[in-house]
Amino acid sequence: MTTKSTMRTPLKNVRHLGSAKEGADHFVMQRMTGAANAVLGLFLVWLIAHLAGANWTTARTELHNPFIALGLLLLMVSGCIHMRLGMQVIIEDYIHGEGAKLALLALNTLFAILIGAASVFAILKLSFGA
Amino acid sequence: MNETRAQRSGPIERPLSPHLQVYRPLINMMMSIVHRMTGAALYFGTLLLAWWLTAAATSEHYFNFVSAIFGSLPGRIVLIGYTWALLHHMLGGLRHFLWDTGRGYDLKTIDRLSWGTLILSLALTALIWLKPLTGFGVTP
Repeated sequence: MTTKSTMRTPLKNVRHLGSAKEGADHFVMQRMTGAANAVLGLFLVWLIAHLAGANWTTARTELHNPFIALGLLLLMVSGCIHMRLGMQVIIEDYIHGEGAKLALLALNTLFAILIGAASVFAILKLSFGA
Repeated sequence: MNETRAQRSGPIERPLSPHLQVYRPLINMMMSIVHRMTGAALYFGTLLLAWWLTAAATSEHYFNFVSAIFGSLPGRIVLIGYTWALLHHMLGGLRHFLWDTGRGYDLKTIDRLSWGTLILSLALTALIWLKPLTGFGVTP
């Protein structure tokens, strides 16, 4: 974004450069994971209420169930992709400094991958019954 | 404006377009803001879910420690808030799917859909927590 006093809008800087050729991917992926999350999210809400206050043995027995494990796996993968895309838009909307924006976008990706990987590992460990 | 143009050292920042403060709050605008806020809240809420799953996969001692935090009063408020955010964001998403098809854009429908996400999300949250909350804390 230009800092010089000017009557030109930021649009002027990008006009005639063509599209970035990746906007549709972002849009479609956000919708696809959103649709999956609508179903898997209902399952999660049920699971949270179902296991609220459960003790260690109950929680492990439930998480050992392959259907619950599969639902959680799909949810965490789909959810992490969805939340990364969503937070990316929030960062791009509000953070205008180039350096800060790049750093936050990288952190956003890192956060989504870490959360996703840790959850998938925990679910698999519980499900395979270690 | 306290300073005159001559006193300014930096560039003159001219607004490109009017922002939120010039508009009267409308329900669809508020629900649009809440949709983004719940999305951001869920982003960090997923950390709690990952934490709980990791605890369950670690040891009984650590699971009980995490469970006690979620079972405390602030913990329960966060859990209820998390499920409400999830339901509200989900209903808002379904509304966006309808709008993606080009339908539901007349003002009356927009108002109804916006109020609908708010009312239905609150009702569903109450419905889901009614049973667990009455039995909460029976098991340690």
